Amino acid sequence: MEITLRALITLIHGMLFGAFFLMAVYGLVVELRHSAFVEQPAKLTPQGYARERLYLIGVAAMGWAAVLTGAYLIYPWYRAVPPAGVTDLALYPRFLLKSSATTAGWHDLGMEWKEHIAWIAPIAMTMVAYVITKYRQSMREHPQIRTAVLAFALVALGAAGVAGFFGAMLNKYAPINGGSTIHLKGKSQ
Amino acid sequence: MSAGAGCAVLGILAVAGDASKAVAKLLTFYLPTGPLSGVSSLAILVWLVTWFILAKRWRAKTVALAKINATAFLLLALGILLTFPPFADFLQGK
Repeated sequence: MEITLRALITLIHGMLFGAFFLMAVYGLVVELRHSAFVEQPAKLTPQGYARERLYLIGVAAMGWAAVLTGAYLIYPWYRAVPPAGVTDLALYPRFLLKSSATTAGWHDLGMEWKEHIAWIAPIAMTMVAYVITKYRQSMREHPQIRTAVLAFALVALGAAGVAGFFGAMLNKYAPINGGSTIHLKGKSQ
Repeated sequence: MSAGAGCAVLGILAVAGDASKAVAKLLTFYLPTGPLSGVSSLAILVWLVTWFILAKRWRAKTVALAKINATAFLLLALGILLTFPPFADFLQGK
């Protein structure tokens, strides 16, 4: 069982940072929606608030880790230009996708959308984390603040969902591979 | 509000970089990543600077929440729309 270094980093980007971010933001959206219907707002101990703050910071951090690894590690591998005369485009995913009419759309729509909308997710989530942490009381007293926070959390979820879906499909049709081979299990080739 | 502004700038720069090779070159802060490096960096910069300025200005003020929310949502919607390739292509007449 082997995996290349670039594939491993892509896995961490999508399945650790991206997937964790999606799950955590979904949980937060459910909790925010739920909080509009409680009769008695929950009161946590100072330790409870500290853990909640850590959770929110962690979620935002995962979002930032996903976009930064995506833009500055994986995207350069994706858009690498093949040297003249190269016919096997396996290590040049963007050119591989654009080489066929049946796969070009994955780049033209998928990557072109994903590369920009993904950034909206951590920006929105950082705002959500900050407002929940700093303006908890205001959120209870002013429903418009809770509405704004919920809306931005939903946008973060949607943006990350788009990026995650197209990331998975792009990696399916033009996997990121290359770099050293990491041997996980069994006999090495 | 600042998050909305940052997202709007992201969308505007994304379309600008796609529409003009000269703008794309200006936005290429890091060559392997291409114009995306400038688009994202400037959007984040606008977001953080706007946040800092508005936080200072509104610290001891009562602000019109409904108006601010509406403006923030509009900016956010603009950013989302402009990052959608078919709409961006439509704006460029492609």
